[in-house]
Amino acid sequence: MKNIIEINRLNKEFLNPEAERQGESSLKVLKDVSLSVSENEFVTLLGPSGCGKSTLLKLIAGLDATYEGSIFLSGKDLRSNNVPVCYMLQKDCLMPWRTVLSNILMPVEIKKGNLKKAREDIKPLIDEFGLSGFENYLPGKLSGGMRQRVALLRTYLMEGSIMLLDEPFGALDEITRIQMQDWLISVWERHKKTVLFVTHDLDEAIFLSDRVLVMSTRPGTIIKELRIYFARPRSRDMVLDPKFNEYKREILKLLSEG
Amino acid sequence: MKKSQNTGRNNGRADLLPVGIVLAVLVFWQLIVSWGDIPPYILPSPIMVLKALFDEKELLLTHTLATLNEALVGFSLAVVLGMIFGILMGYSEPFRRALYPIFIITQTIPIIVLAPLFAIWFGFGFLPKILIVILVCFFPVAVTFAQGLIKADEDMDQLLKVMGAKRWQAFRKVRIPQALPSLFSGLKIAATYSIMGAVISEWVGAKSGLGIFMTRAMSSFRTSVLFADVFVIIVLSLGIYKAVEIIEKKIILRKYNIR
Ligand SMILES: Nc1ncnc2c1ncn2[C@@H]1O[C@H](COP(=O)(O)OP(=O)(O)OP(=O)(O)O)[C@@H](O)[C@H]1O
Ligand SMILES: [Mg+2]
Repeated sequence: MKNIIEINRLNKEFLNPEAERQGESSLKVLKDVSLSVSENEFVTLLGPSGCGKSTLLKLIAGLDATYEGSIFLSGKDLRSNNVPVCYMLQKDCLMPWRTVLSNILMPVEIKKGNLKKAREDIKPLIDEFGLSGFENYLPGKLSGGMRQRVALLRTYLMEGSIMLLDEPFGALDEITRIQMQDWLISVWERHKKTVLFVTHDLDEAIFLSDRVLVMSTRPGTIIKELRIYFARPRSRDMVLDPKFNEYKREILKLLSEG
Repeated sequence: MKKSQNTGRNNGRADLLPVGIVLAVLVFWQLIVSWGDIPPYILPSPIMVLKALFDEKELLLTHTLATLNEALVGFSLAVVLGMIFGILMGYSEPFRRALYPIFIITQTIPIIVLAPLFAIWFGFGFLPKILIVILVCFFPVAVTFAQGLIKADEDMDQLLKVMGAKRWQAFRKVRIPQALPSLFSGLKIAATYSIMGAVISEWVGAKSGLGIFMTRAMSSFRTSVLFADVFVIIVLSLGIYKAVEIIEKKIILRKYNIR
């Protein structure tokens, strides 16, 4: 299997006046990050708040080119190439004045694609994402879980073979979050896409991923790579397995060591 | 359902408060005039103003139509121009830097000075009046719209960038809808200025209009007619304001669902 994402010795710092006043010239956020994700793999970045997870995704999404080291996507150097990705920000960024359907079709609209055709094409997906009947609702009238599914479907329609998901369920309550995880894993196991997922929830990371990359506190670096040997398709019962708790214990230990 | 009824009732109560205050002031005013034996050319009582309003209704109506015409034409043109310049300033930083100070200078020139000047240049017809109305209404529209447009939602911008949006696309599809609430706050300010602008422009000379009618009433010491004239001005200003507010509710709440 070839590597879709290949990151080598990535360093990132922010030059900001705030840090300068404290006697430092810059804020070091990522330190020597190296990672790779192969095709159709589900990899999770797990780390404490502020360790640079969102920053790392932004770099991969091509939003900021001020870094040291290298990022290759599908074999292309991000410095000299524009590689489209599917990116979901930590905030859902739904446009409150657009209906669910027109929010979802935003990527097609921007690309000036065939909206009529896209509307037909995504019908089964709308169903699968549990949004049928809500196509003409405004986001303000949706539950938190539904908003996230709208944002996820919109992300799915962005062109690109890599999905970058930044804490998509971070703002949800525990019950909804578990439902969304179950749903996401079933959708992913059917569609298979390369996913780089960010979370700071241990259960979520282990339950969803093929691999978990544990990050240290800022400046973030990857301190451990854990391969999760649970067979797919996965089910919720997995969390009761002693092996699940072993993974959890190991991650907790790593995080407490910093 | 219950909740919305409750808030509705609360709003109703809040709306009643200013009405109550105005009524109290009117009663107080009436009492002062009748007890204090104040001559009507100094301060007419509310009842006399009401009577003047009724007696002069035909004259008042023709003058009202003239003023309303100037105000509405000027306001509409100011809205169109204000939105165009708002978009230009919101989209282009150099444009904003170049224009903004000039617009501020236009606002510091007293209209009282401009009105006679425009009369000298353009006569006493329709044109100088609309120019004054445009001048007072244009600024709030352009500035509030531009401010709404430059207020960035960084996350939204980044999302659109990843989607591959061109700058103008992102501007049209996100910035403009996002800026509508602030545009409307400017439109409401401009709406209240429009009638006032027209009235002031008429002071220096006009064939008809509430402004010229006001000066005539004043010079003949028919103070109750003057008050009736002012009353009509207040009602007109509130009316235009209310119309803008209704359009705002329709567009912002129904279609865009932003608060
Ligand atoms: N544009 C920026 N300019 C300056 N500093 C920044 C910028 N963006 C992020 N930072 C800083 O970088 C650090 C990492 O931020 P980041 O958002 O990547 O953390 P995170 O791991 O995603 O945290 P969380 O789990 O809370 O979302 C923080 O200390 C933050 O203050
Ligand atoms: Mg983050």
